[in-house]
Amino acid sequence: MVIFFEFAKRNVRLNWLRSLLAVIGIVIGVVAIASMGILGNSLYLSVSDTLTNVGDTIVIYPHTGTVSGGMQGGQSRLSISDRDMIEIERTISPSRAIPVRTTADRIQAGREVTAATVYGLRPDDIPVLLKRREGAFLRSSGGAMVGMRLAETLNLRVGSGVVIGEGGESLRIVGILEERGIGFDINPDYGIIVTDSWFYQKYGNSDWNQVIVQVKDLAQIERVKDALDQKFNRREKKFDILDTKQILQTILDAFNRISTFTVAIGGISLIVAGVSITNVMMMSVTERTKEVGILRSIGTTKRGILRMFLYESLILGLVGSGIGGLLSFIGGYLALAIMLQSTNYLFTPSSLLYIPFGMCFGVGVSMLSGFYPAWKASNLNPIEALRHE
Amino acid sequence: MNDGNGSEMPLIRMRDVRKVYPHPAGDVVALDGVTLEIGHGDFIAIMGPSGSGKSTLLNLIGCLDLPTSGEVSIEGRNVRDLSDDELTELRRDCIGFVFQTFNLLPLLNVVENVEFPCILKEGSRGCEERFLPVLKAIGIERDLFSHRPSELSGGQQQRVAIARALVNDPRLILCDEPTGNLDTKAGSQVMELLMDLNRRGRTVVVVTHDPRIAAYAKRKIEMMDGRIV
Ligand SMILES: Nc1ncnc2c1ncn2[C@@H]1O[C@H](COP(=O)(O)OP(=O)(O)OP(=O)(O)O)[C@@H](O)[C@H]1O
Ligand SMILES: [Mg+2]
Repeated sequence: MVIFFEFAKRNVRLNWLRSLLAVIGIVIGVVAIASMGILGNSLYLSVSDTLTNVGDTIVIYPHTGTVSGGMQGGQSRLSISDRDMIEIERTISPSRAIPVRTTADRIQAGREVTAATVYGLRPDDIPVLLKRREGAFLRSSGGAMVGMRLAETLNLRVGSGVVIGEGGESLRIVGILEERGIGFDINPDYGIIVTDSWFYQKYGNSDWNQVIVQVKDLAQIERVKDALDQKFNRREKKFDILDTKQILQTILDAFNRISTFTVAIGGISLIVAGVSITNVMMMSVTERTKEVGILRSIGTTKRGILRMFLYESLILGLVGSGIGGLLSFIGGYLALAIMLQSTNYLFTPSSLLYIPFGMCFGVGVSMLSGFYPAWKASNLNPIEALRHE
Repeated sequence: MNDGNGSEMPLIRMRDVRKVYPHPAGDVVALDGVTLEIGHGDFIAIMGPSGSGKSTLLNLIGCLDLPTSGEVSIEGRNVRDLSDDELTELRRDCIGFVFQTFNLLPLLNVVENVEFPCILKEGSRGCEERFLPVLKAIGIERDLFSHRPSELSGGQQQRVAIARALVNDPRLILCDEPTGNLDTKAGSQVMELLMDLNRRGRTVVVVTHDPRIAAYAKRKIEMMDGRIV
C-alpha cells in the first residue's frame, strides 16, 4: 500500500544521516561485486580472444613418458612415423590430419640474424591451417612463408630472401602470415613455414613431430579422441592426444575461478553492508516502537507493519544499488582502461550483466537484512509497544 | 444506529475476566474477575485509583489484548476465536481509540493522521469526503490541516485524535483519560464532543479519575484492585 511506502520514505528522510551511512555500505558492496565481475570477465574475454583454435582441434604428440614409444618404427627418436600417420588418417576419417615437422634454427635475412621455429608442412595443408596476410601460399620447395612477428623483426617483405641454418641456399618469401596469437598446436607468429619435403632434405628426418587433427564436427571431438586412444594407446601409451578445447577450458576455468573469487570478495563486503542495514533497521524499530503500537491500535495489520519496515530497507537497497550500479560502470571503465588499455570488453553483455547482478544482489541483501527487524516490529505486542517511550 | 440484532446482544460482554501480567517478583493481577456488559448506545465512565486496572480493562474491551482467563465477546463473537488479523480489522472498523497522550503519528500531518484508518480500510480513494466533515464537526480549522502534530496545542491534538477515531464511523469509542493532559476548558470541550457522539448513537467508554468528567456519563463503574466495586 502506498501509505506504508510513504511512511518508509519519510522515515528515511528524517533519519537521513543514518540512512546515508547504510546506503554507502550498499554502494561499496555493489561496486565491489560489479567492477570485480566486469574486470574478471574482461580478462577472461581477452584471454580467450588471444588463444586461437577454440575447440575444433586435437593435437597428437609422441608420448614423452617412455622411450619405447619411438622403438615401434625402429628408431630411437620420439616421433610419429609415416606408417603411424596412415593409421591416424584412417582412424579420424573424414576429419583432416595435418602432420608437422618442427625444429628451431638460425634465420638470417641480409645482415639480420635471429633464432626461430621452423615448421615443415605439406603444401596442401597450409591454407587449411594458416591465414595469409600478404603474398601467396607456399606451393613449392623453393620458398617459405613467415609469421608476422618474425617478418617485422627481420624486416621481411614478400620477395625477400632468408637463409635457414648455417649456410645453404636462400629461400624466397612468398607470403606473410596473419597474426595467430598463442596456439596449442603451432605458434607461427615468430616462425617460418617451409614445405615438408624441403624440411626433409634439410634435416634428413622423415618422421613427424606432431599431428594436428581438425575435427569437422565439434560434437565429434570426444569420439575421435576416444578412437585414437583405442587405436594407439591401448596396450601402452604411444601418443599424447590433447584436445585443445580441454586445454583452453583448463585455462579459462582458472580465470573463472579467479574472477569468482574476486566477486566473492565483493559479496563479503556486501554482507558487511547488510549487517549495517540490519543495525539501522533495528534502531529504527526500537525508536518507533511506540509508533508501531499506535499503528496497531488503529487497525494496522502485522503485514502492514512488516511492509512498512521492509519498504524502508528496500529504499536503502534501491538507492544504494542504483548509485552503486552507476559507479561500477564508471569504475569498471577506469579499471579496464588502466589494466587492459582497452574498454571494449566492458560493452559486451557478459560484462555488463555484472552490473544488474551486483544491483540485484545489493537489493536482495538489503531486503534480507531488513527482514528480521521488520518481522520483529510486526510481532510487537500492541499494548507493550504503546507503553514504550 | 439502531441495528435490530444489537438490541438483544450486548455490544461487549465480559464474564469473569482475569488478566495477569507475569512478573519475576510475583505476577501482577491487573484484573481479578471482572463481569461486565456494555450495551449499544451506552456512555460509561470507568473510575478508580491508579493501578486499579482501568486501562487494562479498556484494552480488553478494545481487542488490543486478550484476557488470561474468562470470556470477552464483542457482538457475540468471542475474541479468543478471532485471528490477529480479524481483531485488527475489528479495531480498524468498529472501534475508535482515544488516548491520554493523543498518540498521533508524528510523521503525518493532521489530514493524513485523520484519514489513516480510512486508507487502511478502503485504500486511498474516497477518504477525502470522509475526513472533511469529521474535521469540521470536531472543529479543526482548515489552516491547521497541513500541520504536524508537534505544531498543535494539546487540545487541538486531542481533537485530531478524536477525529481519527471517528473517521471509519465506529460503533464503539474508547477513551483512556482523554482529558488528562488538557486544561479544564479544553477538557470539557472534548467531553461535550463525546456526549454529542453518544447522542448520535455511538457507544462511548471513558476512563477518568475526574468526577466532573465522569458526570457526563450515563453510567459509572468504580474499580479497585482489579475488581468492579
Ligand atoms: N504490561 C504490563 N506488564 C506488567 N504489569 C502491568 C502491565 N500493564 C499493567 N500492569 C499492571 O497492572 C496493573 C493495572 O494497570 P492499569 O494500567 O490497568 O492501571 P490503571 O487503572 O489504568 O492506572 P492509571 O490510572 O495509573 O492509568 C498495575 O499494577 C500495573 O502495574
Ligand atoms: Mg491507565
